[in-house]
Amino acid sequence: MREKSENIFYNVDWFTVAIYLLLIGMGWMNIYSAVYDKDTSNIFDVSRQESKQMIFIGISIVLAASILIIDASFFTATAFYLYGGIILLNIAVRFLGSDIRGSHSWFKFGSLSLQPAEFAKWATGLAMSKYLSSVTKADVFNKLMITLGIIAIPVFVIVFIQNETGCALVFAAFIFVMYREGMIPGYILMFGLLAAGAAVVGIKYPGTIVDLVPNTDPVKIAKIHLDSKPIIIWCSILAAIGMARLLFIRRTIKQILFTSIVFSIFTGMFLSTPVVLEKLPDHMKGRIKCWLGLPVSRAMHDKYAYNTDQSMIAIGSGGWTGKGYLQGTQTKFRFVPEQETDFIFCTVGEEWGFVGTAFLVILYLVLIMRLIIMSERQRSDFTRIYGYGVAAIFFIHLVVNVGMTVGLLPVIGIPLPFFSYGGSSLISFTILLFIFVKLDSHRLLVLR
Amino acid sequence: MNPATKRYILIAFATVVVLLYVFRLFYIQVVDDRYKLDAANQAFLYVTDYPPRGTIYDRNGKKMVFNQVAYDLMVVPRDMKGCDTIGLSKILGISKEEFEKRLIKFSGSLKESSKDYRTYIFESQMLPELNARIQERLYKFNGFFVQARTVRKYTYPIAAHLLGYVGEVNQSIVDTSDYYKSGDYLGQSGIEKGYENELRGKKGVQIKMRDVHNNIKGSFKNGKYDTASVKGEDLVCTLDAELQLYAENLMKNKIGGIAAIDPSTGEVLVLVTSPTYDPNLLVGRDFPKNYMTLLRDSIGKPLFNRALKSRYPPGSTFKLMNALIGLQEGVLSTATAYPCNRGYPPLGGHPACHAHGSPLSLDGAIAHSCNSYFSYVFRSIIDNRRKYKDVYAGYNAWREYVLSFGVGKKIGTDLPFEDRGLVPDLKWFDNIHGVRRWSSASVISLGIGQDALGVTPLQMCNIICSIANRGYYFTPHVIRKIGNNNPLAKWSLKNYTLVKDVSCYEAVIEGMAKAVTEGTSRIALIPGIEVCAKTGTAENPHGQDHSVFVCFAPRVNPKICIAVLVENAGFGATWAAPIASLIMEKYLTHKITRPELEKTMLEGDLISKGPGVSKKAKR
Repeated sequence: MREKSENIFYNVDWFTVAIYLLLIGMGWMNIYSAVYDKDTSNIFDVSRQESKQMIFIGISIVLAASILIIDASFFTATAFYLYGGIILLNIAVRFLGSDIRGSHSWFKFGSLSLQPAEFAKWATGLAMSKYLSSVTKADVFNKLMITLGIIAIPVFVIVFIQNETGCALVFAAFIFVMYREGMIPGYILMFGLLAAGAAVVGIKYPGTIVDLVPNTDPVKIAKIHLDSKPIIIWCSILAAIGMARLLFIRRTIKQILFTSIVFSIFTGMFLSTPVVLEKLPDHMKGRIKCWLGLPVSRAMHDKYAYNTDQSMIAIGSGGWTGKGYLQGTQTKFRFVPEQETDFIFCTVGEEWGFVGTAFLVILYLVLIMRLIIMSERQRSDFTRIYGYGVAAIFFIHLVVNVGMTVGLLPVIGIPLPFFSYGGSSLISFTILLFIFVKLDSHRLLVLR
Repeated sequence: MNPATKRYILIAFATVVVLLYVFRLFYIQVVDDRYKLDAANQAFLYVTDYPPRGTIYDRNGKKMVFNQVAYDLMVVPRDMKGCDTIGLSKILGISKEEFEKRLIKFSGSLKESSKDYRTYIFESQMLPELNARIQERLYKFNGFFVQARTVRKYTYPIAAHLLGYVGEVNQSIVDTSDYYKSGDYLGQSGIEKGYENELRGKKGVQIKMRDVHNNIKGSFKNGKYDTASVKGEDLVCTLDAELQLYAENLMKNKIGGIAAIDPSTGEVLVLVTSPTYDPNLLVGRDFPKNYMTLLRDSIGKPLFNRALKSRYPPGSTFKLMNALIGLQEGVLSTATAYPCNRGYPPLGGHPACHAHGSPLSLDGAIAHSCNSYFSYVFRSIIDNRRKYKDVYAGYNAWREYVLSFGVGKKIGTDLPFEDRGLVPDLKWFDNIHGVRRWSSASVISLGIGQDALGVTPLQMCNIICSIANRGYYFTPHVIRKIGNNNPLAKWSLKNYTLVKDVSCYEAVIEGMAKAVTEGTSRIALIPGIEVCAKTGTAENPHGQDHSVFVCFAPRVNPKICIAVLVENAGFGATWAAPIASLIMEKYLTHKITRPELEKTMLEGDLISKGPGVSKKAKR
């Protein structure tokens, strides 16, 4: 047991580390390009973003090395304390933090600022892993509730105390972990996805079904049906799934009841979402409406569709191989807002083209797959659960961030891991990843 | 489900989502061009470098058309936020409604306008003083900038129709052309249109990059893709500016057209359409206003190019043609004599004729313009049963002769909008008289250049060129030199007529010479120069007869052919002949020996008073 090598790099998964280094390297290059200005460029000017990012990269690498030095058991032992501490920090920032762009979610140290919400991701991952790996004979329902509680507390704090809804959305990643751990059955996830789909279709084509009800003229009904093809498709899918369930799976009263409830929920979401949408705060309503191309006021369009329009123009203008490094016009001339942070993917798209963007998303996919494979090779439940958490968090960030820049998802301001400018996210993602790399390097030293 | 297999489900799920994203990226980056276009429109400012159009010189090297600087006020509607629109409207002298109307015209609506980043010409061709007033306060007019252009300037107020004018390109051309962009200018008529490709030069473009605040950030790739503009080619026109000016003055207050051609080259020396206008009117921002004024003059129709487009009955001048055809066909000889009894005897004195000795032989008939004589000649041509089986075959043969003189078809000059004239075909008469239910008697007035014949002044002159050259003409043209290139080879091709025997021409020319010395054209006599001429008094159904005169001189080695037509001016000898004669004298001798006649012609006003002469008989 105690024959652990003195070498801190003992058994480190170099493949993962290599992808990490590749990503931060490419990330810095793109930030440099995004803020590049021919006339004033000087990477030794510390007030410039590319220089600051260089410092953050330095800090991150030091932190990564430190994590590898720390004993792996530190993280299992202190998981709850870290979790508690970071949640307190997240509450404190509301009162002690600085006002940055109207948001009270940042601590400011000189010219550097930290966003504690970023740190809640790995803290929550640790706490959840700790809990799930320690309980053995808990009631299934209790276990589920406590796990959801562990996730819900930071979400609650971030949404209601810091008002950073986008950041909180990332915690949905843990649903994948719960699925892997057998706490949520697959069909629930599927229904969840379908329900989300129902909600989206409900918003996009509001009222068409409601209109049908008072209409008795069969010709008119047929016409409306033809005019709203997505509804027909949607209803057909629902009907097909329902039929399949009823025909091929054991037809118990419970099953039929379950199916009916699910269908009621779908229909409910379908019909109610347009109403719910109107009740949302303006910025959410605007982003969702612009995303779905619903009619909005001129002012709202300028405010919420502008980012997506410009981002798609920048990415779309890249073509096959892009305009070349430092040659982007859309990003260089600041047509894309937030281009070095949340919209950094535009720089990639514009300057490296389809070759660059495809390479990058596939590189992320490789990282995520590697993390899943690594998780599955663990003897320790704690490490496995944490590993899945890491993979899922990267996945959500990738999907939401890239999805928003290419117009597949509404604008939700979360960073692209290792690419977006910002110390908090870079440091936080480094910690997130390297805790797992450290835990993984210990896999042979851990007894079940 | 075995927890370990869930890893594959999760990996598969992640893979599917990522592939979906790759497809999406492929679509917007590679398949869909829309974003590339948007990006180019946003980040690039294409600054067009407009070349000056080529200069046009007359045959003696006098500058006729050149360029002056004008300024276009350009606008990018999106950048107009905070613009002092009231101040600008005041300077431009337009109302607020007009100001908004223009923006709506560009972008569709004011709403669209606020995000429209394309560039439009808001006010075109401002002259320097207006530009100066705008420049003073340009900093207040957000979204506006001024672009220097050149506009035409004409040295003499002459040859408006021939030179043509330059105007903004219309949308249908923009849609189909890969050269013209909205707001470009191109030649709309005359030489400006006919030689547009040579005159326009080549536009250059500078690609500037601009940032989101519309600040220019330098050239794209250091100007690697910029192109320099190339100045348009200079043209040397065949026109004699001085002679043209003189001819236009002679035609002042008269309606009609003049064409004068050097028969040895086909070069057009004078091409007058009257009434005309000062070409300087159709330049600059007053263009639309002036254009409308000219367009509204429905009597004078100053925009209508009569010399090139108006079909006139040639009247008696056409007798030359029938004489030529008759001689070539062998149905007429110089000795042939026909009676005249104040009219054509076989048809009971129709067409009528005037008093002269009878019978006359060919030269006398031409000199005295005998109607009866040429009715006989015309009938003998088309009723020649030994050669043609019926009158229709005869008529067709006659028509082919006429067409070979460049009448009834486009001659193929280098000017646009040339009219073909009209030499009726069989179908034409079938429609009038019934299918094959007409005879030579029905169309007898073709013999004296009436009926449905329609000939433009340029075509009339071309017929005379063919006679002067004894059997061929060079295609009339107005440009002798493009840049430093030699004249086009096609201008030196001889177009032979179907009347091939030189003797035919000599016989007719003898008659034309006699017309000047002892016949109807005595007023055209110029001492020391042997002038050959023919008068015409063309009947027209719309009013009084047109005065027509054709001539060439000298008889040997002719240097100039002239056709003059003055509408509703009566006898050919009263107005058309003196005008032609004065032009001829001026061209050949550079001086005028008949100041009294010149004065009468210059002062003659046939538009406000109307001509006092009207007679149905033709000379």
